Amino acid sequence: MANNRKDAIIEVEGLSKVFGILPALQEVDFTLARGEFALLLGANGSGKSTLLRLLSGLSKPSAGSVRIGGWELPGEAMAIRAQIGLVAHRPLLYDNLTARENLAFFGRLYGIDRAECEGRSRDLLRQVGLWRRADTLVRTFSRGMKQRLSIARAILHRPDVLLLDEPFSGLDQTAAESLDQLLATARQEGRTIILSTHQLERAPPTGERALILSRGRIAYDGAFETSELAEMYRAAEA
Amino acid sequence: MTLATEFEARPMPRLLRILTILTVLGFAGTLVLGLVAAGTDIQQGAVQRLFYIHMPSFFGAFTAFGLTLLGGIMALAHKNEKWDKIALAGVEVGLAFALINLLTGSIWARPIWNTWWTWDPRLTSAAVMCLTYAAYLMLRAGIEDADRRRNFMSVYGIFAFVTVLITLFIIRIVPETIHPVIVGASPQNAQGSFEATSGVVMALVPSLLLWLTVMPITLMWHRYRLEERLESLNRVKLKALSD
Amino acid sequence: MKTPVFETVLAIASKDLRAELRSRELLSLMAIFALLSILVFSFALELDRLAREEAVSGVLWVTLIFASLLGLNRSLAQEYDQGNLDALLLAPVSRSAIFVGKFLGNALFTWLVGVLLLPLMTALYGMNLLDGRLILTALAGIFGLCAIGTLLATMTVQTRAREALLPIAMLPVALPFLLTAVRATTGILTGAAEWQVWFQLLLGIAVIYLVLCLLLYGYVVEE
Repeated sequence: MANNRKDAIIEVEGLSKVFGILPALQEVDFTLARGEFALLLGANGSGKSTLLRLLSGLSKPSAGSVRIGGWELPGEAMAIRAQIGLVAHRPLLYDNLTARENLAFFGRLYGIDRAECEGRSRDLLRQVGLWRRADTLVRTFSRGMKQRLSIARAILHRPDVLLLDEPFSGLDQTAAESLDQLLATARQEGRTIILSTHQLERAPPTGERALILSRGRIAYDGAFETSELAEMYRAAEA
Repeated sequence: MTLATEFEARPMPRLLRILTILTVLGFAGTLVLGLVAAGTDIQQGAVQRLFYIHMPSFFGAFTAFGLTLLGGIMALAHKNEKWDKIALAGVEVGLAFALINLLTGSIWARPIWNTWWTWDPRLTSAAVMCLTYAAYLMLRAGIEDADRRRNFMSVYGIFAFVTVLITLFIIRIVPETIHPVIVGASPQNAQGSFEATSGVVMALVPSLLLWLTVMPITLMWHRYRLEERLESLNRVKLKALSD
Repeated sequence: MKTPVFETVLAIASKDLRAELRSRELLSLMAIFALLSILVFSFALELDRLAREEAVSGVLWVTLIFASLLGLNRSLAQEYDQGNLDALLLAPVSRSAIFVGKFLGNALFTWLVGVLLLPLMTALYGMNLLDGRLILTALAGIFGLCAIGTLLATMTVQTRAREALLPIAMLPVALPFLLTAVRATTGILTGAAEWQVWFQLLLGIAVIYLVLCLLLYGYVVEE
């Protein structure tokens, strides 16, 4: 593991989350370096979404600490929020606004200058292939289109960290490919990415970082080796 | 720890034991004072004796709802489940007291006002107070996530207390009530007032003190322990299921 | 780093307004409900000239309260159903600013219903409701109702029973507004001088509730 603490951007220590009396995450530790890509694997209910919600500051930890870019959660959440983009299960878009209006609204919330925001929206809408639909209402969009727009929303404010929760679910082949391309661009731009999935087929090329969650605990943290990992994954499932 | 030992009841603290005995004896004592020792009212007759429970029960509810308010504020400040349980206990005990208050008032009103119920400002606000805390319980039952439930109910408990204050002070705000005030000057429209003679005061003060302090705290403590038991039962159930 | 409060409030309120002007689903719902309510009341209470004087302020406020309930439920459900509340919370904006933004949108829609109701009731009931003081009372009453309503609707949309719970949770807590607003309105309609006392009480309670809502909103949106 190439985790030099100096260039660590995400530091998670002893992180636990309990819902009432149900433990969702237990004693999770890991560190991610700036610009690193990590695949978060795990079955449904293993705690992937909970972990991403905790990292994005939407949910508060029951115990343990999260540091992002040197800021501590939840005390310094406001500073962390500006550095994080989240693509959640649901698109987090307004149905009765157009694609462009949605981006303009979120741009305002992130305090982006109006002219600057228009420029960025134009570029992003081109990138995600929605330029021609920029002025149609989001309610008319397909699942794939919403997903692409929601990625544009998540990187509009140029966050250092991009968190994606099962972004491939419900996408057809072409949509999945264009998502792959978007992710590649985001990596080139130096963003740190955590992508959660329960499908092994979505795995990155060999050698990438992979984290496996099982029943709220980290079961594996290391380089991705397809055959070996598939075995680990199945073992964790059982 | 095995499942069985985890669910075993913890022994009742000594102080709670004392408080419980005090409540039972105190209640019996104040009943004797109100029903026997105090003289019969010349105009209203025996029904006036209800007053020795009617007014103290409102103040008991006041204490309990006040502790709900306090519990809510503390639960928000410290994110502590304990304070949330105190708040819940306050609502249930307070609601029971408030219903006793309405019921005794209603029975008293039948011969004195010649009706079980009238839409007088104070009666209305007392009824609304009960409904508010009934709404608290309904809202609470609808929230599954414990952290969210604690936050929501603390916030609601803070707003609900406004109805308690209104019931208490409405006579000053809306003077046309017919509800009498025994301590201090009655509103000019009040019907069924009686004088606070030394006999009345002698029976009232012990009862008031009992309902205001010992009784709500004792009952709430028992309710708090019951809630803890329910929680440990759930924990044991969960453990049994996951093993 | 943190987006200014004023900018956030404006962004959220104007977003709601824009979406509403496009779909008009909320406003038309509230307006039609208000019309029906006035008609139903006039049948149910057999509002003749004499009875009206007594009942008209009650009819006005009960109608406004229920219309606002409808609007509040829809407005917060729109945020919660698509998970958009999360999107607002992800942004570096203060929780109080989110509250004020949503609250302003809701108050604006209910004010519009009030604008519709006052001349209509004036025409239908033959009583002059287009009085400056009455309009002021309506503004203040709706302001308070929507403040507490926005907070409570944010809570109830996150529960199982949803829409059904908002009236149960809100009506008792909103009673101080109903009480003072009805009294002030009746005072104005009958020409009694005491309307001022009621109006001042209404303002006082509205300010207290607004401050409480601002302080407590963070707790009802965060886990």
